[in-house]
Amino acid sequence: MLYESIFVFPTFEVERDYEKCIVCKTCVQQCTFNATYYLPHRHKVVTRDTECVGCRRCEAMCPTGAIKVRRYQGEFKENAYWSPRDLKDLYKQAEQGGVILTGGGNDREYPIYWDHILLDACQVTNPSIDPLREPMELRTYLGRKPDKLDIGYNEKGEPELRTKIPPNLVADIPVIFAPMSYGALNLNMHRAEAAAAKAMGTYWNTGEGGLHRELYPYGDHTIVQVASGRFGVHAEYLQVSAAMEIKIGQGAKPGIGGHLPGGKVDEEISKTRMIPVGTDALSPAPHHDIYSIEDLRQLIYALKEATNYEKPVSVKIAAVHNVAAIASGIARAGADIIVLDGFRGGTGASPAIVRDYVGIPIELALAAVDQRLRDEGIRNWVSLIAAGGIRNSGDVIKAVALGADAVYIGTAALLAVGCTLCHKCYTGRCAWGITTNDPFIAKRLNPEIAAERLTNLLRAWAQEMKEMLGLMGINAIESLRGNRLRLRAVGLSKEEMDILGILPAGA
Amino acid sequence: MSGPFVIDAKEMYYRELNQIVRDKVKEGVTHFRLLNVNGQRYIGAGITRDVKIEVYGVAGQDLGVFMNGPTIEVFGNAQDCVGNTMEGKKIVVHGLAGDVCGYGMRGGKLHILGDVGYRVGIHMKTYKDMVPVIVVGGKAGDFFGEYMAGGILILLNLWDNGSRPAVGDYVATGMHGGTIYIRGEVNPYLMGKEVGQVEITSEDELLLKGLVEDYCRDFAQHGLDPEVILRSQFTKLVPVSLRPYGKVYAY
Repeated sequence: MLYESIFVFPTFEVERDYEKCIVCKTCVQQCTFNATYYLPHRHKVVTRDTECVGCRRCEAMCPTGAIKVRRYQGEFKENAYWSPRDLKDLYKQAEQGGVILTGGGNDREYPIYWDHILLDACQVTNPSIDPLREPMELRTYLGRKPDKLDIGYNEKGEPELRTKIPPNLVADIPVIFAPMSYGALNLNMHRAEAAAAKAMGTYWNTGEGGLHRELYPYGDHTIVQVASGRFGVHAEYLQVSAAMEIKIGQGAKPGIGGHLPGGKVDEEISKTRMIPVGTDALSPAPHHDIYSIEDLRQLIYALKEATNYEKPVSVKIAAVHNVAAIASGIARAGADIIVLDGFRGGTGASPAIVRDYVGIPIELALAAVDQRLRDEGIRNWVSLIAAGGIRNSGDVIKAVALGADAVYIGTAALLAVGCTLCHKCYTGRCAWGITTNDPFIAKRLNPEIAAERLTNLLRAWAQEMKEMLGLMGINAIESLRGNRLRLRAVGLSKEEMDILGILPAGA
Repeated sequence: MSGPFVIDAKEMYYRELNQIVRDKVKEGVTHFRLLNVNGQRYIGAGITRDVKIEVYGVAGQDLGVFMNGPTIEVFGNAQDCVGNTMEGKKIVVHGLAGDVCGYGMRGGKLHILGDVGYRVGIHMKTYKDMVPVIVVGGKAGDFFGEYMAGGILILLNLWDNGSRPAVGDYVATGMHGGTIYIRGEVNPYLMGKEVGQVEITSEDELLLKGLVEDYCRDFAQHGLDPEVILRSQFTKLVPVSLRPYGKVYAY
């Protein structure tokens, strides 16, 4: 039977040029979704299109270029209201009676504000700067800054700083690898992120699944997460870190908890999360010790007490409607860093209905929060990290101009090591060896090569960012932070521009 | 060292109090006596050495949070979140304790003489030989053992005056690991749907014997007799599945 059910229609079809195919069976071996078969009696490899997820692993690995993965050509009757995706999801639910899962970030059509924002450049006056020949500063300090500096003179009459500066992270590039847990990712990816963060003088984030002991030496470049499930959270984990992050929410799934299926909890993950092999790792939707800003303050200071006030504490929230007021509360609760995760942010697993329809764009959330904290005179209390769909260095520069101190990149980091956005992370069968803990498949991700690719990406972005700063006549990224005068809008409404705090192009 | 290092915490801000304790722990002090404690938070937070801390008064929120090593004895009541995300050794409370005690606890023991509030033992975890234990002498509020992923939770209801059931509503809802023992019967309507009642075995009896005896030793001055307690009938609750939500999704 071609289809298992009359209601399963393929999304992709795999076209093979049998003239080129040498029946090496590489595609059969590489396909982790059981879509590709070898038929011995016909000495032929074939694909069952209904199983193909469009990851293109077979296409990339085919030594003779015989394979093309295409969008399925067969179509439902044209319908401007009911999309093929709607139909297929509905059929699936009618068959299985469950919540549709997805991975990755929101792929639906919503406005992309980054693409409606353009950067300024210097002409004639205030000349631009050539970053290849002149110093250019990307170094960023993340953490609370004092309200004022108290400077006095010592006995010798030399000036000295008397203000105690709170602990800050120092990032040589304001791009940090986003929290993605060990469990959602495999150890090879964590190894790669840790090595790349160290090489580039920035940070990576463990996500909520703990830190494998092998990576403790990278502690100075590691932000450790404390989420509602408290997996792998203990005194030593906090001690080895550079900073600690309380995960309240995630842009891909605001307001709901996490759920690592028991099938993914193997020996090593079990050891790091400190739960038995094979049990579900459930992260409750809220932290059950946090029902208010006061409770959040309690956990922030519990972390500070446990680490002798030596490290900044970050609080990560999803960008939701009332984000500015929430961020103000978080700043007042004593956080040193606030992470805003927009609705394009990725996930290892989320109900599709939540990923697709909950939360707001990071651009608007970031602008609203930055403005609110400025209005309240507390912007210096916290650093802001923008997350959720940062695609390139242009997005980073625009985010900084909208008020971010730094950004997180998750999806972009996965793309750098081979991800093709098939959004099947939740299956644990990632053919590129990234979001799988199957030891056989995870070997496809070589940590050294992956680290090099991540390093290359950051190096490229750093150079581009310097170019963009230079053309604006700015020689330090901190001079761009919140500098919305260097941005102009095209094709946005008055309300949108008001929220973004930017003028239309031509004004 | 001859006696305990005494700190009078009267009107002292928690930060100052805890800083003194941390500094002294570093200097090698192993026995503290904190007097006039009145709600100071985070006592014992993140300490990873085998020290003894006596608390006289009311211990504040997050007593022993993230700690691994100390033994804390509170001569009075404790507020919320006792033993939050605690990793090892012991906290003994000669009184009542508040909500969310033992949240995410993954090792050590929590002995509480009186009642506790809501959501006690939430998301306790087991890993190999690390099995956290909470023993509560009085009654517990709603959501006792919620999301429990491991460990042992014992509710003794020793001071029953018949005012309310030993435990509140939604017992062990979301439970997917560990064991709960409640002295006496528990009305099934109070239980979460992820939990089931099973027969007490001889192994359970042996386990309970050891744990209850240890508990009674800590509260010797109250004349608790483990034999009398153990003679009662216990209700044993375990999760019905290690993967309670495996069937919620469509693939």
